[in-house]
Amino acid sequence: MGMTKDAHWIEPHPHGIYIKPADAWIDPSRPVSRALVTHGHADHARGGHDKVWATPETLAIMGLRYGTHSGQAVRYGDGFELGGVKISYHSAGHVLGSAQILMEYQGERVVATGDYKRRTDPTCKSFEVISCDIFITEATFGLPVFKHPDTAIEIRKLLLCQKANPDRSILVGAYALGKAQRLIGELRIAGYHDPIYLHGALEKMCRLYQELGIDLGDIRSVMGSEKEAMRGQIILAPPSALNDRWSRRLPNPVTAMASGWMSVRQRARQRNVELPLIISDHADWSELTQTIKDVSPSETWVTHGREEALVRWCSLNQMKARALELVGREEEDD
Amino acid sequence: MQAFSDLLDRLIYTRSRNAKLGLISDFLKSTPDPDRGWILAALTGELDFPNVKASAVRNMAMERVDETLFRLSRDFVGDTAETVALIWPEHSKTSLSEIPSVGQVVDELTAISRSDAPKLLTNFMDLMGANERYALLKLATGGMRVGVSARLAKAAFAQAFEIAVEEIEEVWHALAPPYSELFAWGEGRGDRPNLTGVAFFRPFMLAHPLEDKAVSMTDYAAEWKWDGIRVQIVGTGEDTKLFSRGGDDITQAFPDVAKAFDHDAVLDGELLVRGEFQGGEAASFNALQQRLGRKKVSAKMQAEYPAFVRLYDILFDGQTDLREQSWTNRRQKLEKFAPQLDTERFDISTVLKARDFDHLSEIRDGARDAAIEGVMLKRRDSSYISGRKTGLWYKWKRDPLVADCVMMYAQRGSGKRSSFYSDYTFGCWTEDGELYPVGKAYSGFTDEELKMLDRFVRQNTLNRFGPVREVEKTMVLEVAFDSIHQSKRHKSGLAMRFPRISRIRLDKPAAEADRVQTLANMVT
Repeated sequence: MGMTKDAHWIEPHPHGIYIKPADAWIDPSRPVSRALVTHGHADHARGGHDKVWATPETLAIMGLRYGTHSGQAVRYGDGFELGGVKISYHSAGHVLGSAQILMEYQGERVVATGDYKRRTDPTCKSFEVISCDIFITEATFGLPVFKHPDTAIEIRKLLLCQKANPDRSILVGAYALGKAQRLIGELRIAGYHDPIYLHGALEKMCRLYQELGIDLGDIRSVMGSEKEAMRGQIILAPPSALNDRWSRRLPNPVTAMASGWMSVRQRARQRNVELPLIISDHADWSELTQTIKDVSPSETWVTHGREEALVRWCSLNQMKARALELVGREEEDD
Repeated sequence: MQAFSDLLDRLIYTRSRNAKLGLISDFLKSTPDPDRGWILAALTGELDFPNVKASAVRNMAMERVDETLFRLSRDFVGDTAETVALIWPEHSKTSLSEIPSVGQVVDELTAISRSDAPKLLTNFMDLMGANERYALLKLATGGMRVGVSARLAKAAFAQAFEIAVEEIEEVWHALAPPYSELFAWGEGRGDRPNLTGVAFFRPFMLAHPLEDKAVSMTDYAAEWKWDGIRVQIVGTGEDTKLFSRGGDDITQAFPDVAKAFDHDAVLDGELLVRGEFQGGEAASFNALQQRLGRKKVSAKMQAEYPAFVRLYDILFDGQTDLREQSWTNRRQKLEKFAPQLDTERFDISTVLKARDFDHLSEIRDGARDAAIEGVMLKRRDSSYISGRKTGLWYKWKRDPLVADCVMMYAQRGSGKRSSFYSDYTFGCWTEDGELYPVGKAYSGFTDEELKMLDRFVRQNTLNRFGPVREVEKTMVLEVAFDSIHQSKRHKSGLAMRFPRISRIRLDKPAAEADRVQTLANMVT
C-alpha cells in the first residue's frame, strides 16, 4: 500500500459504483444483473436486481420490503470470488446487517463503506477498521458543524420531557429501519422498561429485528390502544406521520424527532419539532475524519453527502481524495 | 448565560403564541435584574453593540477553521451565528461558575473597542458550550430569529406584571435597557416612569390593505399615499427628534428638518425629498434613499436632496394628547397648527375631494404615471390607535406591475428557509436574445411552491459559483413589483422595487418571457 494505485477496475457512475471484472454494482440505484448491497435503506437497496449479495440480515430486510429475493447471503468476514475479484463483507455499524464491502483485485484493496457510524449501537455490530488502498466513504454529515452529542444525553432529554409532561404523549419521529429500533434499544439501556408504542409503519421492521435476535422489550401497537392510555407514553412513528392526521389520535402530543439534522435549529423548526433529539446512524464530522485517519488509505473517494467539505479536509491534511457524484441518495434518510 | 440560551432554544421550538408568551413571561418574573432587562432588550431588538461586527465574528471563526469549510458550513446552516457556535472547537469542560452572566457579557461588550471585540468574544466562547455560544453571538450581533416580535416580548412583560400592553408601549421608547424602572414599576416597587421633557417615540397608527372592499366616502377621508418614509416629529420645545416607523431615531440624517421645528408637539407625516416626481411635488424614493441611513449629512447632500415632511396627523399639541379624538378633529387641529411652520420644510397632505368611491377610484387611476404609491383611506371618526386595527385605516395601493422573467441563478435562503434554494435572480431578454438579470426575489410563493422550485434548482443546476447555482433557463416566473428604476447595479440598467414571485408560469416557454425593453418602458 501507499504505492501509486489507480483502481482502474472500479468505476464510479452516477447510479452506482461498477466493479468491472466482476460485472457487478455496489448499491445501484437502478435494476442491474448483479448487485452488492451494503444495507437495507431504500436509497442503497432497491428491488428488481437479478442477483443480490448482502448480509443475511439485509436480505431479510429486503425480503420484507420488496418480497422474496434471489439473494446470496454473505456473513461478516466471509469472502467469495466474482470475476477474479475477492469480495468480503465487514460490519459498518450503521443499522442491523449493514456492511462495508472489501474488494481485492490484482493486489489492490478497495473498501466501500455504504453508510456507517463509529459509536456503539445496541441493535447492530460496530464498525470495523479495514486497511485499504482506496477508501470509498459516505459524507452525509461531512461538515465541521456536525458534532453529534453523546446518545445518552439525548435519551435523557427525551426521558426528562416525558416526566415533565405526564398528560401528553411523547411522539418521536424515527426512520423505520434502524433509528426506531436503536432508539428503543437506547431507552432500554437507560433503564426505561415501560411499553413503547409504535405506529403501524414501524411494527413489521421491529418484529423482524426481534426475530433476528435483537431484544426490544415490551413494544406495542398504537392501533387499538385507548387515546387516554397514551398520556405520558413514548410513541414512535415515521417522520412523515408527525404532522399528519394520524397524530390527532394522540392526546396533545409533544413532537420530537430523532435525527442528526436536528442539530441545526432552523431544520428542526422546518419540521415543526418541539423536542429535537440529535441521534444519528451516520458518522459525524469527527467520526468521518477519524475514520479516514484510522484507515489511512492512499486515496479517499467520497460518495454522497457534503462531499466537497470532506475532500477539502483531506487536501488540508495532505491526503488524496476525490468526490464521486452519485445520484438518488436521499439526504433525509438519516 | 445558560438560562438565556435555554430560553432561546425553547422559544425556537415553541410554535404557539400563547406558549411563547408564557415562556417569556415566566422568565421575566424569575430572572434577576439586570439580566432580564438585557434579554428583554435583545428580544425587542433594542440591544446594539456597534463595535461588534458580524464580519468580525465570521473572521474569528475562520482563524480557527479553514475558510472553505466555514463557507460550506455557513451555506448549509443558513445562519452565521449558528454556524460559528457549532463549528467552534470544543474546549475541556469549564465549571458552570466560570460562564459569565448576561449582565457581565453586556457590560464587557459595551465597553470594548472594535479591535478588541474579537478577542473578548473568543475568550467568552472558549468558556461555553455550543448552545451558550449561539446565545452569546445572537446577543452580540442581533437578529434572534426565535419567532418573537418586539410586540410579543412587550406583551409578555405586560402579562408577567399585569399591566396593559398599551401602557408599556406608551413608556417603552422613553426608556433604555436594562429597564430597571420598568421592572420596578411592574413589581410595584416604583412609580410609572416619568417622561416629562423627554422627546420620545409614540407607536404609529398603521393601515391594512384595502383588498376588494369599497367604502363610503362619507365615513372615510382619502389622501395620497406618498412614496417616502413615514416619520414622527417629536418636539418638546427644547429638543426635536425624528423617528422612523420602527421607532429608530433618524434625527441625525435629517438635521435640515429637525432644525426647522422648535415646537412642543408630536406630528405624523411622510418624509420626502423635493423633486419632479410624484405629480411634480416630490422626488422618487430613490432620491430619498441617498439621504437614508447616514450618520452625518454634508451641506452638499442637504442642498442636492432637500428634505421636507408632508404632514398627515397631529398626536400632541403641547401637553394635550389628541390621540383619543376623531380624525376629523385632529385634522382641524393640524390645519390650524401647520401654518406657523416653515413652509420649505413642512406642508400638509391634501385631502382628496372624492364624491364617492368610484370617483376616488378614478383619481387613484389618474395617479398611475406619477410615482405615488396609491391612496390612503382614514375613517373620519377614528382615534389614533397604535398598530393596525381593522376597519380604521386602509392603504389602497396601485396594482403592482408584473413581468414574466426567467430564473437564472438561485441561492439558499436563511432562517426558516435555511437549506432551501429560495432566493432567485431572474432576467429578461435583450434584443440580441441574451438574458440580462433584472432583479432578485425571495418571497411570494407558498411552501409547496418553494419545494417545487427548490427541486427544480437541484435538478437543473448548470454551474456552481460558491453558494450560487446557475440553472437551466427554462423556469418562467411572473414577478410583481411596485415600481422600476434606472440602476447601475444590474447589467440591464434596471432595478425593481419590492419584487416578489406572483406566479410560477410552468405553462410558459422561456423564450416568451418579457424583454428588457418592455421593463424599461415602465421606469418612473
